[in-house]
Amino acid sequence: MQYLWRTPGSRTAPEEASPIGPPPLEIRGLTVAYHRRPVLWNVDYAAPPGGLIAVVGPNGAGKSTLIKACLGLVPRVSGAVEVFGRPIAKQRRLIGYVPQRESVDWDFPVSALDVVAMGRYGKIGWFRPVTRAHKEAALHALERVGMADFAKRQIGQLSGGQQQRVFLARALAQEAQLYFMDEPFAGVDAATERAVLQVLRDLDAAGRTVICVHHDLQTVSDYFDHALLLNTRVVAQGPVGRVMTPDLLSRTYGGRPMPAPAAVEAS
Amino acid sequence: MMDEALRILTFQSGFNSAVVVAGTAALGLAGGTVGTFLLLRRRALVSDALSHATLPGIAVAFLAGAALGLPERSLPLLLAGAVVSGVAGLLTVQLLSRFTRLTEDSAIGAVLSVFFGLGVVLLSVIQNLELGGQAGLKTFILGQTAAMAQGEAIAIGLLAAGAALAVALLFKELRVLAFDPGFAAVQGWPVGALDLVLMGLATFVTVIGLQTVGLILVVALLIIPPAAARFWTDRLPALTVAAAVIGALSGWLGATLSALFPKLPAGAVIVLVAGGFFLVSFLFAPARGLVAAALRQGRLRLSFAERRALTDRLAGRPVEGAMALWLRLRGYARNGALTPAGRGAALAAERDRRLWERFLADYPALLPAHANWGVDPIDSVLPGDMVRLLEERSTPS
Amino acid sequence: MMPDVQEFLQIDAPALLAAVLACAACALVGNFLVLRRQGMMGDAVSHAILPGIVGGFLVAGTRETLPMMLGALAAAALAGLLIEAVRRLGRLESGAAMGVVFTVMFAAGVVMIEQASAGGVDLDADCVLYGQLETILWLAPTGWDSLRDPAVWAALPREVLTLAAVFALCAALVGLFYKELKITTFDPALASTLGIPAGLFHYGVVLLVAATAIAAFEAVGSILVIAMLIAPPAAARLLTDRLAVQILLSVALGVLAALAGYGAAAFGPMLLGASHSLNAAGMIAVASGLILALAVLFGPRHGLLGRRRAIGRLRRDPEAVA
Repeated sequence: MQYLWRTPGSRTAPEEASPIGPPPLEIRGLTVAYHRRPVLWNVDYAAPPGGLIAVVGPNGAGKSTLIKACLGLVPRVSGAVEVFGRPIAKQRRLIGYVPQRESVDWDFPVSALDVVAMGRYGKIGWFRPVTRAHKEAALHALERVGMADFAKRQIGQLSGGQQQRVFLARALAQEAQLYFMDEPFAGVDAATERAVLQVLRDLDAAGRTVICVHHDLQTVSDYFDHALLLNTRVVAQGPVGRVMTPDLLSRTYGGRPMPAPAAVEAS
Repeated sequence: MMDEALRILTFQSGFNSAVVVAGTAALGLAGGTVGTFLLLRRRALVSDALSHATLPGIAVAFLAGAALGLPERSLPLLLAGAVVSGVAGLLTVQLLSRFTRLTEDSAIGAVLSVFFGLGVVLLSVIQNLELGGQAGLKTFILGQTAAMAQGEAIAIGLLAAGAALAVALLFKELRVLAFDPGFAAVQGWPVGALDLVLMGLATFVTVIGLQTVGLILVVALLIIPPAAARFWTDRLPALTVAAAVIGALSGWLGATLSALFPKLPAGAVIVLVAGGFFLVSFLFAPARGLVAAALRQGRLRLSFAERRALTDRLAGRPVEGAMALWLRLRGYARNGALTPAGRGAALAAERDRRLWERFLADYPALLPAHANWGVDPIDSVLPGDMVRLLEERSTPS
Repeated sequence: MMPDVQEFLQIDAPALLAAVLACAACALVGNFLVLRRQGMMGDAVSHAILPGIVGGFLVAGTRETLPMMLGALAAAALAGLLIEAVRRLGRLESGAAMGVVFTVMFAAGVVMIEQASAGGVDLDADCVLYGQLETILWLAPTGWDSLRDPAVWAALPREVLTLAAVFALCAALVGLFYKELKITTFDPALASTLGIPAGLFHYGVVLLVAATAIAAFEAVGSILVIAMLIAPPAAARLLTDRLAVQILLSVALGVLAALAGYGAAAFGPMLLGASHSLNAAGMIAVASGLILALAVLFGPRHGLLGRRRAIGRLRRDPEAVA
C-alpha cells in the first residue's frame, strides 16, 4: 500500500511514455502572491526532458517559491503544474526533492542513514517497516555521495557540506525521474561541491531531469545544460549558451540601465 | 437589571464596586500595553511560565508569614514571594533554552508545570499544618474580584496605570527592541537591559493581576488584547493604543458582568470578554481580518482566472467549466463567443499583461513597493507618462 | 514504619499504577511534542479540554468517563483547529495563537463549572487542577495471596483501566506509524512531496496528546499533565541522539518520576515523622523536574557539565573529540 493519499489510480511511468511525450515539468500561468504582492507572476515554463536545469535570479526573485509551488508546498493564486503530463499529486513517486539545508532541525535524533532511508518511505508505504533492502539502498546512496563512513553518525554532528550530501543521498534514494533541488551548492566545501556535481552528472547520464536553484553565476554554464532566468517572471529560458548572456543577465538582475521618467522615481 | 448594569458600568453603584471595576480596567490597560511588546518580541508564552511559577513563591511566603507569626495573610508578602519565584521560573526558562539543546517551548512547558507542581505540594503542606487564612491562597489560582478589598483595588489600579505609563515613557526604546534587536544592539541600545525592563513589566502586571484573574488566566491579559489589536493596524503606536483600549474594555466589562451576575468568576469572564473582542477582530477587522483577507484572496484568484480565460478566448482557445459560466454571467461571453464588453475586457487584460511585462523587463528596480503591481490595472498604479512610455516600447515596431 | 500490605494494595497500589501508566503514556507522546517544537501544545490542549470535560459531564449528568472523554476530545480537536486557524489565517506566531485559544477555552470551562455548581452539581475546579490520584481505590485485594485471583484483577479501578487502554493505544499508534511520525516531524515538506499527509499527522499528534492528557488528567490534573508530557522526553532528549532510544528512555524516566514522586509524597512525610501525606501529583511533577535538572547538568554529551568537559578535552586534544 503506497502513500496514495488523494488520487489512487494508475500512472504512466516515463519509460513507457513515448520519446516525444509530455515534458518532465510544465508550468502554465503560475502566479504566487504573498498577501497581494506577486512573488511569481505569470510563469510559463516547460522543462526539456533529461538534463540539468539551473534556476537563476537575484535574491527575492521567487526561485525557491517556484520549486515549492511546483511541489504544492505553497498555495498558488493561479496556474497549473504538470509532471510528465499529469498533475503532481498523481506523480509523487516520480519526484525527488532536496530542500534548503536550513529547512530542518539538524539536532533531530536520527542518523544519516535514517535520513537517507526517509527517501524510500514513498516506496515502502503505510505500516510496513524499513526493511534491510531499503536500508541497503540508502547505504548505497550514501556511498555515491562519499558518506558511507558517516552512516551511523547523528546528523547534527556532520559538517554543513556533509549534511548537504546526506540530503542529496536521500534524493538519490528516492529514485525519482524529476528532481527539484534548492541551492544544493550553497555554502558547501570544495569536496562537497565535487560530490554534488558528480551526482548531478550521474543523474543526467541516467536520463533524469534535475531542476536546481543556483546562485553562483560563474558556474552555471559549467554545471548545467539549461537555465531559467527568473525575476518574479521568466526573463529567459533555454540552453545555457543562449541565455547566459550579459544582456539577459543584467535584465534578470537589475534591468537595463536606462533613464527612467522622473515621475516614477517620485511615486 | 439594566439599570444596575448601567450603574456599575458608569461607576455609580457604590464606591467599592466602582473601585474594583476601575482597578480591573486599569489592569487590562496595563496588560494590553505591556503585552503588545511581548507579542512583538515573540515572548507571549514566556509570561505563562512566569505566572504559573509564582505559585511556590506564594506558598513559601505564606509559610514564612505564618512562621513570623503574622496573624492574617499579608498581601505584600505573598506578592513578593510571587515575584521571587516567578522571576526564578523566568530565568530557568532562559537558561534551559539558551544553554541546552531544548527549545524554548519545551523549556516553558517544563518550567511552568514543574514549578506549579512544587506549589501544589507546598499547598498540601500548608493544608496539613492547618494554619489560618489559607483559604485565601486558592484565590490566586483562579482569581476572585469579590475578594478584593477596596485598598487593594486602588493599589492595583495605580500600579497598573504606572506600568502603562512606563511603557509610554519607554515607547521609543521598546519599539527599537521589538522591531530589530540586532540593529538596536549595534546602535548601542542596551538591548539586554531593555529586555529585562520588558520582562520586569510583564512580571509586574502578572503579579498584580494574580488576585483578580488568577495565575492560570493572567497570561490572557498580556496575550489577547494585543493579539486582537494586531488585526486592526500595522502601525505600532496605533497597535499599542488599540491593545490598551481592548484590555481596559475587557477588564471593565468583565468586572461589571461578574458583579452583576452570580457565579461568574471575574477572571474567567474578563478573559471571555477579551476573547470576544479577539473573535470579532479576527473575523471582521478590515486590515487583517479573516473575512477581509478571504475576500481579497478570492478576488485576486478570480481576477487572475478571469483575465486568463478572457485572453484565452481572445486567442481563440477554448474556455470550459466554471470559468465559461462565469464569463457568461459577467456578460463577457455569449454562445461561445466574446461579447463586445468581453472583447473590451479581454483587450484591457491583454494590454495590462503586456505593459506589466514590459515594465518588469525594463524597470524591475522601480517596482512600486506597496502597490499590487501585476495585479491591479497598470493605469491605477503607475503614473501616466510611465504607462505611455511602456506603450511605446511594447508596440512592435 | 511501613503500611500494612492490604492498605498498600488497596490505596497505594492503584494510585501508583495509575501514576505509572499516566506518566508512561504522556512521556511516549510527549516526545513528538518536544521534537516538533510544540511543547506548548501540551499546555494548550490540557487547558483547552476543560470546557469539553464539563460539557460532557453536564450533558451526561454523571461522572462516567466516556462522555467526559468524548467532550474533552471534541474540545481538543476544536482547540487544535482554532490554533492552526488563528496562526495561519490570522498570521500570529504560534505561541500567541495558543495563548489566545487555550485561555479563552479554559475560562469558558471555569465559568461552566461555576454555573453548574450553582445547580448543585458536584464538580469543582480543584479536581480539575490537581487531579484525584489519592481517591483511586482498589478494594478487591486483601493481601498478596489475593492477587492470584483473576476476579481481583477484574475489579481494578476504572481510572487504571482507562489509563492502561490509553497507554496501549499510544504504544500501538506510535509503533504502527513510527516511520511516518518520524518523517513528518523531521521534514514535513519532504513528507508532503512523498504523499504523506503532514498536516494530518500534526492533528493526529494533537489528538493523541489530548487523549493521553484527558486520561491522565483525571488522576493528576490538567497542569501537572504538562510536566509528564514535557519533562521526561526533554530529559531523554539530552541523553541520546537516537529517536527510538529517546522514546524508550523517556518512558522509563516517566515511570521513574511516577514511582519516586508518589513514593516521596506518600511515604516521605511518614519517614520524617509527620502523619499526613503530600500531594502526590505535584510531587510527581517535582520528581520529573528533578530528573530533567539532573539530565541538564550531567547528560553525557549535551549536559552542561558534560559539555564543559568535552570542550576541555577538545582544547587539550582537538583530534580526540569526533
